[in-house]
Amino acid sequence: MTFAFPTESLEVFPARNYPDYKSTVKRSPTKPLVMMPHTLSELTGPVYGQDAVQPGDDDLTRQHKGEPLGERIIVHGHVLDEDGRGVPNVLVEIWQANACGRYIHVVDQHPAPLDPNFTGAGRAKSDKDGYYKFITVKPGAYPWGNHHNAWRPAHIHFSVFGHSFVSRLVTQMYFPGDPLFPFDPIFNSVKDEKARLRMVSSFDLDNTVPNWALCYRFNIVLRGRSQTPMEH
Amino acid sequence: MSGITPSQTVGPFFAYGLTPNEKYDWKDTFSNNLVTPDASGEKIRIEGRVLDGDGKPINDCMLEIWQADAQGRYANPADKRSLPNARFHGFGRIGTDENGAYSFATIKPGSVPGPNGTAQAPHIVVAVFARGMLRQSYTRIYFADEAGNASDPILALVPAERRDTLIAKRAMKNGHPVYTFDVNMQGGAETVFFEI
Repeated sequence: MTFAFPTESLEVFPARNYPDYKSTVKRSPTKPLVMMPHTLSELTGPVYGQDAVQPGDDDLTRQHKGEPLGERIIVHGHVLDEDGRGVPNVLVEIWQANACGRYIHVVDQHPAPLDPNFTGAGRAKSDKDGYYKFITVKPGAYPWGNHHNAWRPAHIHFSVFGHSFVSRLVTQMYFPGDPLFPFDPIFNSVKDEKARLRMVSSFDLDNTVPNWALCYRFNIVLRGRSQTPMEH
Repeated sequence: MSGITPSQTVGPFFAYGLTPNEKYDWKDTFSNNLVTPDASGEKIRIEGRVLDGDGKPINDCMLEIWQADAQGRYANPADKRSLPNARFHGFGRIGTDENGAYSFATIKPGSVPGPNGTAQAPHIVVAVFARGMLRQSYTRIYFADEAGNASDPILALVPAERRDTLIAKRAMKNGHPVYTFDVNMQGGAETVFFEI
């Protein structure tokens, strides 16, 4: 199957220069982007062998001697293309703060404890139907310096590869009903409300495991539409 | 048909998940060394810095590159031609250091097919991610010593006075070819970025 990647689909993406998120101002191009047709270089992208993901990489609660503190959760869903078809065998990488809202990264020095049993990184590969699943703990909100009393809503960072290098996506998964949504410029940089809500996971009672973990569903839709093969 | 999931910034803390580089308790999936034992072609190093609108280094940037092998073939099913360097994947990733610097060790790619039967000069596709970038920006690395640049169909779309920002300069260091390619997000030498 061959795929097309219409640039119109990008209209829901945030503006590169979005002054409410201050760091964008000096880090976004000022000159118009150059439009170009997709060539073989854009229509292809990295493909992974089975060795990219090791058993256990998808369980962030089992990477250390003990279990991390916090609310254990299952995060799962499908990686889909724009036709709603599952995208098989793609790498999904996640990273997140711990239950206290603290990242293990050396630059995060805000006064919340690190958890010796939690790194906060995971990876998984979508199966033949595009399905992926992680086990982790629910991350906390955390403060940042963008404006007075700025707090990021709880989120998990997602990095996903698709059919081509132009379907490459880095995004953030949020949790339903977060009271910080109205105040977060990163979340609100997506102007289209329906598109914004596609970044919010849904509570998935059916897949909650009784006496063990709550569950959230997060489907990820990547660029790519099937296209009738052309004669060459 | 469903709309796509919007992009969000990679943020300041991606390194331990995406580019741990032995500084964190997590394994790297990818590295900045694309060279495989079976890869034919010229081994090259690409290095440079990523700078913001004030010319300051962006020290929390991630660069990903995607390229063909020395014969101009991509390790992807959409490229139907046979791949002589079976283990060469053509994908690399690195986080910038405190000086905004990065480097890749790779093989100089060959010419690849372009639109309407044209040939593209050897090039590498680059995706730039960072805190303060709500979505990745795409650019291309071309090579200063390639005569094919003059007839490259994509470079031809770039205003002539800006093409230079896409062309890596070649030098020999300790007997090895090194190409320099800086990414300037803004300023007089602002790198050309593509809407793809």
